[in-house]
Amino acid sequence: MSIRRAVAVTMIACLLTSAAACGGDDDDASGGGGEITAEGTDDGSELTLWTRAPLELQAKALVDAYNKTHKNQVKLTVTPNDDYVAKVGAAAGSGGLPDLFAADIVYVPNWTKAGLFDDLSERIELLPYADKINQGHLTAGTFEDKRYVLPFVLDLSVIFYNKKLYREAGLDPEKGPSTIDEFKDQALAIQQLGKKDTYGTYFGGNCGGCNVFTWFPMVWAGGQEVMNPEGTQSLLDGTAAQQVYRTWRELQDAGAIAPGAKDETGATWVAGFQEGKVGVMPYPATLLSTAAKTVDVGVVPIPGVDGGASTFVGGDGIGISKDSKHSEQAWNFLSWLSSEAAQVDVIAATGSTVSRTDLADNKYSQKDPRVAVVNRVASLPQSKTPVSVNFQQAFNAPGSPWMTLVRNQVYGEAGSLAQDNTALTDALAQ
Amino acid sequence: MAKANPAAGWAYATPTALFVLVFFVLPILLVGRMSVSDWGLFAGNRGWNAPENFTDALENRLFWPAVWFTVKYTVVTTVILLGLALGLALLVQESSRWTSFLRTSFLVPSALGLASASLLFYALYSPQASPFPGQISFLGTPWSALWSTVALIVWRFAGFYMLLLLVGLHSIPGDVYEAARLDGASRGQTFRHVTLPLLRPSLALCTILCVTGSLLAFDQFYILTKGGPDNSTVTIVQLVYNVAFQGQNNLGRAAALSIVVLAALLIVNVLQFRGLRGKES
Repeated sequence: MSIRRAVAVTMIACLLTSAAACGGDDDDASGGGGEITAEGTDDGSELTLWTRAPLELQAKALVDAYNKTHKNQVKLTVTPNDDYVAKVGAAAGSGGLPDLFAADIVYVPNWTKAGLFDDLSERIELLPYADKINQGHLTAGTFEDKRYVLPFVLDLSVIFYNKKLYREAGLDPEKGPSTIDEFKDQALAIQQLGKKDTYGTYFGGNCGGCNVFTWFPMVWAGGQEVMNPEGTQSLLDGTAAQQVYRTWRELQDAGAIAPGAKDETGATWVAGFQEGKVGVMPYPATLLSTAAKTVDVGVVPIPGVDGGASTFVGGDGIGISKDSKHSEQAWNFLSWLSSEAAQVDVIAATGSTVSRTDLADNKYSQKDPRVAVVNRVASLPQSKTPVSVNFQQAFNAPGSPWMTLVRNQVYGEAGSLAQDNTALTDALAQ
Repeated sequence: MAKANPAAGWAYATPTALFVLVFFVLPILLVGRMSVSDWGLFAGNRGWNAPENFTDALENRLFWPAVWFTVKYTVVTTVILLGLALGLALLVQESSRWTSFLRTSFLVPSALGLASASLLFYALYSPQASPFPGQISFLGTPWSALWSTVALIVWRFAGFYMLLLLVGLHSIPGDVYEAARLDGASRGQTFRHVTLPLLRPSLALCTILCVTGSLLAFDQFYILTKGGPDNSTVTIVQLVYNVAFQGQNNLGRAAALSIVVLAALLIVNVLQFRGLRGKES
């Protein structure tokens, strides 16, 4: 009996001490000797970098280009989208974060608050083009006046339309929708072609993140907001938002949304358009080069109720982790990442949007007017990155209050808007 | 013999004891500690938070729906699965010519991991890849999502439970059946009064395995439905996962929920053992 008790006591004691050792974070990671420079150190260190699968294309291109031109070598780890938060969480708890890691920009406020990133304020200020870096991402990565995150890859939402189908429906293939009503009318026109397996539009009816990305800009374009500035209260019961819901409900009632939308969890929400089965829909701009392989794509900004234009400045931010032992070397990668060499010769070359306003007009955007459209809308004042600490829980998580609201508005009891919006505010304000 | 060296005894038991300690006792202690702490996924341990973790966990808007759904799913799966497995076992035992072919074909799905099987069914059910004609929405309504998942589980596990019951059937001595036949018992009477009572230990084992497994259901729903549509298929373990990694990112609250599930599971199993043992004596 006494032996058993002794074992138990020892075990509990072990547990407590080990956890205490875990909890005692040391803050001297950045004080790794040497002064802070704009370029950082390139001394042949090995760096680790984590990102999630949707950004694999851009991340690989960036890492390859960096490794070719630098002594430091970056080792890239790509994790499936759904497992990424759990993986980062486990590593953060055990002090095993990589030197650099990217985060969905809407989760960044939560992660900076939890102290996962190193403070980059002084270093960012040393960059000669600091004020040209995408403001949406920088703001999302600012916590208590300190900056923790730079843009890694920008993902913007724009309207894609299928020019071939537009011609068949008698619509002007050079003119996409410029108001929400035009969007609806053009989708209905495509639907009325009555072609087999061809539908007006599509959306992720069970995918919170998809609709945040594509519907928020329709509200912003008319100057309205989706949340209060603190990100603790939902304003998604406003007049513009109601008009957006009504539009999708009417499209649904008219049968102009491709089947499968109601169950669409986001895994395949971009597939239909690439197969040429969808006329017009809000779409991630990073997929322009992919979609253009199979479809004659037209691109216009996402319009609001009375015109205007906006985009959701999404994608991933990147920072140096609190656990990094190579802070100076990791900064060398980040500094290069925001340089012209990386932004134009790698990011723009893969067809993605550059994250510096002064590089928006570059040799690649001059070649393709569609890229120029995307770059231009990125720097509009109505284009935003929403900031809220509880964003994931309120919007992106499966079964989130936002998902309930959207599904009620499109498929169910539209009268429950006030109640659903209150539930959303409750989740944001926690 | 009775006075064997106690040190040797300890030495024999040590490997198992170590395994149990490292892979069972320590994790449970850790979860216990988390459940009374304010423990964020990213922030780590931020001190004591004892009754709040449990009250918050139980006040979660999805808690009672998840409990209800898990129980419903468990009852449906257990009844269908055991009924079907018993039928298959009898069928395989009866037919002599096709026995090995039938046994193999019922058992093959058990060789597939549950996650792989779920992915296979996900493809079968998805509107993009489904071989079924027309636009059947397999996962679109709460009702169809439940039954589509039950279909997967029955396909995956029926062969396994059939095998367990088959072993039980084989262990029933042949002379009992002979005696029944001599007494003029019909097939139905033989089944009800000979086979079922003598099969009780095997049925008990299967019930306990099936109930426990279904109460802890996660993979199949995580892959097939993600708890949807409209949170109608959130099981209790999925709720634990969601609280820990999908939004709230609160390990303390998730651990509290796990402790509640563990306690409930213990009670259910004690009751099952009691009930089944009581009948036997």
